[in-house]
Amino acid sequence: MPIKIENLTHIYMKDTVFEQIALDDVSISINDGEFIGLIGHTGSGKSTLIQHLNVLLKPTSGRILLDDIDINTKGVPLKSVRQKVGLVFQYPEHQLFEETVYKDIAFGPKNLGLDDKQIEKRVKTSLELVGLDYEDFKDASPFDLSGGQKRRIAIAGVIAMKPKVLILDEPTAGLDPKGRDEILSYIKTLQNREKITVILVSHSMEDIAKLVDKIIVMSKGKIIYTDTPDNVFKEIEMLEDVGLGVPQVSYLMRELRKKGFQIEDSISVEDAKNMILKVLRGRKNA
Amino acid sequence: MIKTENVSFRYPSQETEELFALHDINISIKKGEFVAVLGHNGSGKSTFAKLLNALLLPNFGVVYINGMETKDISNLWNIRQTAGMVFQNPDNQIVATVVEEDVAFGPENLGIPPLEIRKRVDESLIDVGMFEYRKHSPHLLSGGQKQRIAIAGILSMKPKCIILDEPTAMLDPSGRKEVIETIIKLNKEENITIVLITHYMDEAVNADKVYVMGDGKIALEGTPKQVFSKVKEIKELGLDVPQITELAQMLIDEGVDLPSDILTVQEMVVELCQLK
Repeated sequence: MPIKIENLTHIYMKDTVFEQIALDDVSISINDGEFIGLIGHTGSGKSTLIQHLNVLLKPTSGRILLDDIDINTKGVPLKSVRQKVGLVFQYPEHQLFEETVYKDIAFGPKNLGLDDKQIEKRVKTSLELVGLDYEDFKDASPFDLSGGQKRRIAIAGVIAMKPKVLILDEPTAGLDPKGRDEILSYIKTLQNREKITVILVSHSMEDIAKLVDKIIVMSKGKIIYTDTPDNVFKEIEMLEDVGLGVPQVSYLMRELRKKGFQIEDSISVEDAKNMILKVLRGRKNA
Repeated sequence: MIKTENVSFRYPSQETEELFALHDINISIKKGEFVAVLGHNGSGKSTFAKLLNALLLPNFGVVYINGMETKDISNLWNIRQTAGMVFQNPDNQIVATVVEEDVAFGPENLGIPPLEIRKRVDESLIDVGMFEYRKHSPHLLSGGQKQRIAIAGILSMKPKCIILDEPTAMLDPSGRKEVIETIIKLNKEENITIVLITHYMDEAVNADKVYVMGDGKIALEGTPKQVFSKVKEIKELGLDVPQITELAQMLIDEGVDLPSDILTVQEMVVELCQLK
């Protein structure tokens, strides 16, 4: 399910005094099975962009092609696009509404017109994919669960639609480090197992560095940079200019290099450790 | 400034005796201190915050704010004026359609004369660096700016203490930086007592004192250096240490001679340069 965005522009309240260009001639292709990190300061256009991918917003101009089909042409059923492209909003637990976890997750599949057996299977698999036990949780009220559990139920609800593309807008905001690591590892597993495309919007450069294949950097409604995490996080000045940062270890490596350490850039603590050890031990042996 | 004696709290829906959200908390925060409170989701951090300005009252034990007992209803307005609170979501805290009107909302309700309100609003907005936005509409500002407006709204009530419950959870890195710098400035320059509840370990690094909560109790306390050098305990409590501290620990495990309480990039650079 390759996604191709061509010259996408979106203007809010066009032709009024409040007119604001949210997306400015954005073009990008996303391949099947890629894990994309989308970063940018508040107001850079990230949310506007992802809302186009499942037709919550329509382009002012430009096209979005999903499997070579323009999703905004007449006759393309919205329902099918939204089933293929699952969107998990910020604080998705606010959208839980059913009496039991089972009913909440089943809501989507039910609307797809699946029979009870298929629905049950989907609920089971989705719960398993977010690391919650089916028997323990199916009859619980979603409102009695902890914040992290609620969020996983909400994500399970989207997974149950079996999307080909899963977009998550800040899925870990407000979670503690353990809850954050859990959610992210389930997303990673899901991506590997189901071979789906994942687009992760996050303000945490550390999380992005750990997970994604490719980073898209947005600023002022434009895509200003696309590359692998290793390459993107080398651009410390560029990222700081647009209100972002790099993981703490990247700063460390830069500072050490200024002090004459023979050291490469690094975005993971493990790599940093190995390189520092190499420098320190190299000196001793020499 | 803030003192709790054997404070326990149970939410009404929790039927059994054992399920206390907070259990036997004893804390003492001095005037002008910057205290960070860490803890995993459900550890009791937010419950603790709400006990500090009498949004919740303890089932057992006593909470004193500036010598006033929170249980005494006649103290309520004084307590809320003394200990102001800022919450996670800026959009839920802004009431007016113009920045300066929003900041004036608190002092207006305190019955303060208009000229004094004008003065307080201007001073508060200058303090948080938002004076030039005083005529703007809050909903068009960024998250960090909105959160600073919320802080200014508290400041205009002249509190002695500000309690912030995850004020940066919804912000981007530059917004987080703005808010944290504002908090540090208020603490250092205005001598306002700060209680910062957060999930971000790097924000806690700036504090005078850190409390780590686990299962409704205080699990660890001390200076940031003392607390974060306990990498293993912190991880067992479902938290993280700053990346740099983790790296230091890994290098120590490999036999590198480093202190275990490194918290910042600068400290690490200095230490490693000495070894080189």
